Amino acid sequence: MKCDLCNKKATVHLTEIVDEQMTEMHLCEDCAREKSVQMEQQFGLADLLAGLADFGKQVKKDESVNLKCTNCGMSYEDFRKFGRLGCSECYPSFKMHLATLLKKIHGANQHFGKTPVKMPPSEKKKIENLQDMKNKLLDAIQSENFELAAQLRDQIRNLESKEK
Amino acid sequence: MKLEDFIHNTGQWLKGTGAYANIVMSSRLRLARNLAKHPFPNKADKKELLAICETIKAAMDEIPQFKDSIFLKIQDLDNVDRQFLIERHLMSHEHAANPEGKALVVSKEEILSVMINEEDHMRIQVMESGFNLEEIWNVATTIDDELAKKLDFAYSMQWGYLTACPTNTGTAMRGSVMLHLPALVMTKQINKVLTAISKLNFASRGFYGEGTQASGNFYQISNQVSMGHSEQDVIQNINGLIRQVIEQEEQARQALLLQNKPMLEDKIFRSYGVLKNAHIISSQETVELLSMLRLGIDLQIIKDIDQKIINDLFIKIQPAHLQKLEGKKLNAADRDRKRASLIRQKIGGN
Repeated sequence: MKCDLCNKKATVHLTEIVDEQMTEMHLCEDCAREKSVQMEQQFGLADLLAGLADFGKQVKKDESVNLKCTNCGMSYEDFRKFGRLGCSECYPSFKMHLATLLKKIHGANQHFGKTPVKMPPSEKKKIENLQDMKNKLLDAIQSENFELAAQLRDQIRNLESKEK
Repeated sequence: MKLEDFIHNTGQWLKGTGAYANIVMSSRLRLARNLAKHPFPNKADKKELLAICETIKAAMDEIPQFKDSIFLKIQDLDNVDRQFLIERHLMSHEHAANPEGKALVVSKEEILSVMINEEDHMRIQVMESGFNLEEIWNVATTIDDELAKKLDFAYSMQWGYLTACPTNTGTAMRGSVMLHLPALVMTKQINKVLTAISKLNFASRGFYGEGTQASGNFYQISNQVSMGHSEQDVIQNINGLIRQVIEQEEQARQALLLQNKPMLEDKIFRSYGVLKNAHIISSQETVELLSMLRLGIDLQIIKDIDQKIINDLFIKIQPAHLQKLEGKKLNAADRDRKRASLIRQKIGGN
């Protein structure tokens, strides 16, 4: 396949989606480098995040149009535009959309690590327990102990659904 | 403590102490924290920003670690002072750009600093000389705990610490290590190393912060991902990676010494010669020559200068530092002269 811009051999294949229109581009290494410099100049982090946020197919665009944070009034559309959330309550307000986005950014959807000291001890215990089970689940999958993995998965689901 | 005192001090992170200080200039951790339910800085109006700032300051006033700190409202600072703090790696360009309702807290030795109302309500930074992220984590987590006793942090069971930008959500922690890698650059292996680093989900940046090109052979390597791994795991991962890079740099240095010592000595002594004798010098040229001098000191090719002086010069040769030292505004040509005279004075030049 030849480069769309200069006819050399294309080694980079780029798919762009602009306003739901998909365009494909096939570029040689030199043209791709030039194009990526142009993109860096044009796009900020917000654009990239917005791109990721749109990517989740299970979330239809029209559903998100009227979504607003119940606490600060930030709309999901604004978040897509600026790439920044408005307050901590935006997280539960845009939960479905953010779950997909966070997974794409971090490759994970569950926090492991510190909890604030002021949380009630029972809450802390619950979180630690859940994190522990998720660790065990990963171990079980890695060691191909699928029976244990299935049990753990169900227990985790059970615990998480209680929290909602 | 006053802002003016900083100019004559050297931040602890430049002192050239700690593990692998010959290659690792400094280690740094940043934690982002927000107050639950309060609008994040980008969504807050001036009144809200000031209220958040007051709430955080009141909490800090009761915490012993902040006792000898200086509290600066960014709006009260002139452009040179703002630039001066950016040059010292104590705050970001963004923090200086929209100063309304923003503040900076800096401890006496500049180990601990907090940007208030930057992208998040708090960006807690702990920075020390040498390669010691674990020790720094202990300092950072203790301060975080003290603050969490007095403030309600935005936190979710599933997603951890909630931040304005979803790229920081989770531990909201970035660990970074500043490395001086002249031999990997000279032996043309650096791109291979940087490519490997980016494949492992780590970022590398230049000495002078986000978006800057590597200059003076300095590379800042930090974690990208903040969810799915505990703070300790992330630190261990960074440590493992950095140890590898240090080893590679050490091998490259030995290879240079073995294979091409005369060339290396020539490069180092020429750099020393120019720095000792120049009367006009740009910052870019200075940084490249200082890098060679730093390598020369570590390889004991140059024996009469303390590494700490060189580390400190990397900071002091920047525009706002030169102007603070001179006590007045300097144009670019004046700065090139002031820079050359400062270097001569520090390294015993002519």
